[in-house]
Amino acid sequence: MHNTADTLVWLTIFGAAAVTYGLRIGGLLLASKLPKTGRFKRFMDALPGTILLSLIVPAALAAGPLGWIATLCTALCSLKTGNIFLSMVVGIVLVAVGRGYGF
Amino acid sequence: MNSRSPQLRDLRAGFAANLVVSLSVGAYGSVLGLMAAQKGLTWYQLLVMNLSVFAGSAQFVMVDMWVPPLPVAEIVLAVLVINMRYLLIGASLNPLFQDTRLGHKFVFMHLVADENWAMTMARFHKAPTTTWFLLGGGLCVQSAWCLGTLSGHGLGAVIANPERYGLDFSFVAVFTALVFSFWKGRRDILPWLAAAVGAAIAETLLPGKWYIICGGIAGALTAAFAPGKDGGDA
Repeated sequence: MHNTADTLVWLTIFGAAAVTYGLRIGGLLLASKLPKTGRFKRFMDALPGTILLSLIVPAALAAGPLGWIATLCTALCSLKTGNIFLSMVVGIVLVAVGRGYGF
Repeated sequence: MNSRSPQLRDLRAGFAANLVVSLSVGAYGSVLGLMAAQKGLTWYQLLVMNLSVFAGSAQFVMVDMWVPPLPVAEIVLAVLVINMRYLLIGASLNPLFQDTRLGHKFVFMHLVADENWAMTMARFHKAPTTTWFLLGGGLCVQSAWCLGTLSGHGLGAVIANPERYGLDFSFVAVFTALVFSFWKGRRDILPWLAAAVGAAIAETLLPGKWYIICGGIAGALTAAFAPGKDGGDA
C-alpha cells in the first residue's frame, strides 16, 4: 500500500515537472521558427505585460475593497518610483494593517 | 581567454537584481509550505517538487489538489494549463538566447520563473544582458523559494493565520508591482485594457487558469493590430 502511494507521489511530481519544462524549452525552440518583425513582433513585445496583468486581474478583483485600494497603491507606487520591492511592501502592509482594524 | 569573468558578473548582477523580489517569493513560499505540511507532503517531497517543477502558482494548485489517492492525470493536466504561459515566456526570451548552443538553452531554461524573467526582460530593454543574468536571477528565486517553502513546512504552527498578516495578498502585490515596471506609456492603455477585460471574462467562463492565456493573448493581439503611431510597418 505504502509503495503504491509513494509511486503516485513521484509520478505526480515528475509528471508536473516534465510538462512544465517542456513548455519552457518548447516556447524558446519554437520561437526561433517564427517571424521577428511587424505585427508578430508587436504581439511578442506586448506579451510580458499582458500576461502578468492577466495573472493578477481575477485575484485582484476578488480581493475586496481593501485589496482594491492596496492594489491601486501598489500600482501607483510602482509607476511613480519604479521601486518594485517598496511597491509590494506598500500593498502587503496596507492589507495587513487594514485587516488588523477589522476591514 | 578570460571569458568567464563577464558571465560571472552577469550571474551576480542577476542574483542581486532578484534579491528584493525573492523576499516576497519566500513569503508566499512559506504559505505553500504550510499548506503542503497540512496535506501530508514530506519536506523532501516538497523540496524535489520545488527543484523540478519550480513554478509558484502551479505548485499551489498541485498542493491544493493533493488528496490521496493522488489524481495524477488531473494534477498534471492542471499544471499544463497554468503553465501554458511558459510557452509565451519562452518565446519572448528568444532574442536573449540568440547565438547560444542548444545545450545551453536546455540547461538555462529550467530556471525561468515569472520573477527572474520579468527582471531580465526589464533590463534587456535598457542594457546589454546575457542569459547569465537570467540564470543568476533563477538561482536567487529558486533559493528563496526553497527556503520559504521549507521553513513554512517546518514552522507550520508558527504562522497559524497567514491571511491575518496579508500574506495571501502578497501574490497580487508582487505581480502588481512587477507588471507596472513593463508600462511603456499611453500606447499600452488599449492592450492592457483588453488583457484585463479578457482575463476577467475568461476567468468567469472557463475553468482553471485559462484566463492567463486568454487575457495575455487578447492584450497582445490588440497591440499587434492597433493603429500604432510608432509601429513602422504596414
